[in-house]
Amino acid sequence: MSVKLTTRQVGDVTVIDADGRITLGEGSTAFREKIKELLGANNKKILVNMANITYIDSSGIGELVSSFTTTTNAGGALKLLSLGKRVQDLLQITKLYTVFETFDDEAAAVRSFS
Amino acid sequence: MFENDASSLADLLLDSTLQSVDRAEELVTGAARQMGFDEEDLHKVGIAVRESMVNAVAHGNRYNTRKKVHLQVWKQKDRLVVDIADDGNGFEVVTVPDPLDNSNLLKQSGRGLLMIRAFMDEFVVSRREPSGTRVRMVKILPQAAE
Repeated sequence: MSVKLTTRQVGDVTVIDADGRITLGEGSTAFREKIKELLGANNKKILVNMANITYIDSSGIGELVSSFTTTTNAGGALKLLSLGKRVQDLLQITKLYTVFETFDDEAAAVRSFS
Repeated sequence: MFENDASSLADLLLDSTLQSVDRAEELVTGAARQMGFDEEDLHKVGIAVRESMVNAVAHGNRYNTRKKVHLQVWKQKDRLVVDIADDGNGFEVVTVPDPLDNSNLLKQSGRGLLMIRAFMDEFVVSRREPSGTRVRMVKILPQAAE
């Protein structure tokens, strides 16, 4: 199974509920296209809900980094919500915990954008 | 190559496609499951195999349909041994930029080898003759490593 990305609006923050695997191929391409679509529609406050991400490889991690950079360069912000242990471990291993702002609580995450 | 107690679990040539990446991951994690690795270790082995296969298929063989990836899996006592070899031009590990260097943190790629090293107990990269790269990864059953 690849990744399923569903968006919803909480105030002026767009939450992406990601479900499945973000790996080289369909998963990472879908993620890139979703970010492009949101930025194109001027939705620049993006919160990625990772609660249902079961698997992410280095390409998926790379796609998150690329999305973070693209969003930041567009004057927006991309943050991560509800990381599972495996994703947390990967952010530690890759030192990307120093790059991404992460949250366990959605309300707190949404407030942080304002 | 191994002592007599090594038993082959798989030995096959795979096409240079992303489907082969999925197949290799499934095959090796299946073998690891039968050996008794727990779910967390299966996940780590799966990621390591996926990263190595992507390196072989995409960076080594460059999706060339005439080039194959050689996957070999053994069980040796308390350890799972996985060899993945490609027919590419080879590369020197020391030339791979350090993904943990602050200047590389925001790069999109270059974290595969780091993840393999973090998830496996042994990881060795060697050149193949006349061309190509072979990686050997070893995962030791936790009760044996204690």
